[in-house]
Amino acid sequence: MRRILRSPTGLIGSILLAIVTVAALLGPWIAPYDPQAFDVTARLQGPSLTHLLGTDQYGRDLMSRILNGAPTTILFGVFATALGVGVGSVIGVIAGVAGGRTDGIIMRILDGMLAMPELLFTLLIVTFLGGGSTQAMLAVAVTFAPGMARIARSSVLSVRTREYVLAATARGESRAWIVGREVLPNALGPIIVESTIRVSFAIMIGATLGFLGLGAQPPSTEWGLMVAEARQFMFRNPWCVIAPGAVIAITAMGFNLFGDALRDAFDPKRSR
Amino acid sequence: MSLAYFLRRIGAIVIVLFIVTLAVFAITMILPGNAALMILGENASPDNLAAMERQLGLDRPLPVQYLHWLWGVLQGDFGTSLRLQQPVSQVVGVAFWNSASLAVTALVVVTVVAIPMGAFAAMKRGTPVDAVIGFFSYIGTAMPEFVTATLLLVLFAAPERPFFPAGGFVAPWDDLAGFAQHVVLPAATLGLILMAHISRQVRSEMSEVLSSDFIRAARLKGLSESRVMRRHALPNSLAPAVAVISLDIGYLLGGIIVVEEIFAWPGLGRTLIYALQNRDLPVIQAVTLLLAVVYAVSNLIADLVIALLDPRVRYA
Repeated sequence: MRRILRSPTGLIGSILLAIVTVAALLGPWIAPYDPQAFDVTARLQGPSLTHLLGTDQYGRDLMSRILNGAPTTILFGVFATALGVGVGSVIGVIAGVAGGRTDGIIMRILDGMLAMPELLFTLLIVTFLGGGSTQAMLAVAVTFAPGMARIARSSVLSVRTREYVLAATARGESRAWIVGREVLPNALGPIIVESTIRVSFAIMIGATLGFLGLGAQPPSTEWGLMVAEARQFMFRNPWCVIAPGAVIAITAMGFNLFGDALRDAFDPKRSR
Repeated sequence: MSLAYFLRRIGAIVIVLFIVTLAVFAITMILPGNAALMILGENASPDNLAAMERQLGLDRPLPVQYLHWLWGVLQGDFGTSLRLQQPVSQVVGVAFWNSASLAVTALVVVTVVAIPMGAFAAMKRGTPVDAVIGFFSYIGTAMPEFVTATLLLVLFAAPERPFFPAGGFVAPWDDLAGFAQHVVLPAATLGLILMAHISRQVRSEMSEVLSSDFIRAARLKGLSESRVMRRHALPNSLAPAVAVISLDIGYLLGGIIVVEEIFAWPGLGRTLIYALQNRDLPVIQAVTLLLAVVYAVSNLIADLVIALLDPRVRYA
């Protein structure tokens, strides 16, 4: 951890991530106004002392809406990634450990899934499941699984022939024991790094789906949806699209920077 | 480049695309609501539905339907659009060229800007210039297309400063100046995220090359700095750059869906969203398959270029 904090990327990433975590956990409770309260006397205002980020087309306080939407937007990314990484890793570890024909078949199917651009694949699945937050989350998880499976597999393959694994085989340990105690802990690094960076993609895709009307539905305060709803009014009050857009970017940047610093900490060779 | 390498790559792509056709067909088959219901509407009588299903071949077993569909696809026949009452190949064909004009413009601009930018950052490693470029590339990769697009619209297409049109399309083969005006904002949106990503990769490759022994040797030989860069450093960081660009084509093809929707660009992405909203199965199948083929072919081209640039790959 100290190594992460020492690099500028790691430091900024950690700070951003800390802010994001606080917003995701406490956001709705520290919001100054009711995020759904209309105020016809204060529509489409710029930032002021009463409304720090201004107000939207119904006079709702943007700061409060963003804080209120933080859990929806951020936890979406975290859960979608966790699910995708979980399923993908299991598939990848099975392929890597089994080898031979099982490995071949699994990898060909994954290649087929990876041959579709990511967003296209997500869109197809969301349409199949029907729009909505949960459906969008599942879709992102399914989209992430093949890529994660590949990373998990290659990282299993790279440790499988190490001396300590061979030694365990020679000791006559069972296969499950070797996978659980020797292979997995050592193959975990790349998976953790990749998942941290993936969270930022998941948040961006989730917001994009919200924007396209396929993810979170009104009156949710999901950030992508906020941009979509305010688009008609963006020329009259740019703040109502720029504020939610900016927090999406800041959040994604936090996870990106932190993930990069994490990778450098795991692998000093790459820190150049 | 060896013929065997080339054939092996082609073979791999054919297998992958075959799996993609299976996946596309499977996904569209399990989408709720079938084609007969789409054509006749919710109030159709069961008898009419059954007749229409027979007419469309929906009563046949799935493998037969798949083979029938695949046979048509191989001949360029994707069926008839359920909503537009036109051959899908015609609808998608027009959209394809409209999309291509946008994607190619974005890609060319990105390549021309991102590679020198990354190389420059690597040369100035550790200086404020490098830090600034790095900072912008982090911002670039953290902005989803719809955020970039909205931001650009607010900045450059607001009614009081209409530098560029807020949307719409003019074909480059009709009016090049009009096209240029309309393409700026969508291409910039698509380009930003790619530019950030590619310049960062080029920077890290180039840094690695710059600290290698042969560069030191070239410098010690007394070559000028610009010659070291042009003849030794840059060529050796190009192959990885091409690899990154080819991977990023996946992003580009995904991004184009959102960007076309926002800027009302009548390409494949907009067609896809329309088809998804209207459950126009033949169109969904055709667009998905086409995007997968474009992705696969561009990856193949990239692999071949890399093999040409880097002898280690060629003889591996």
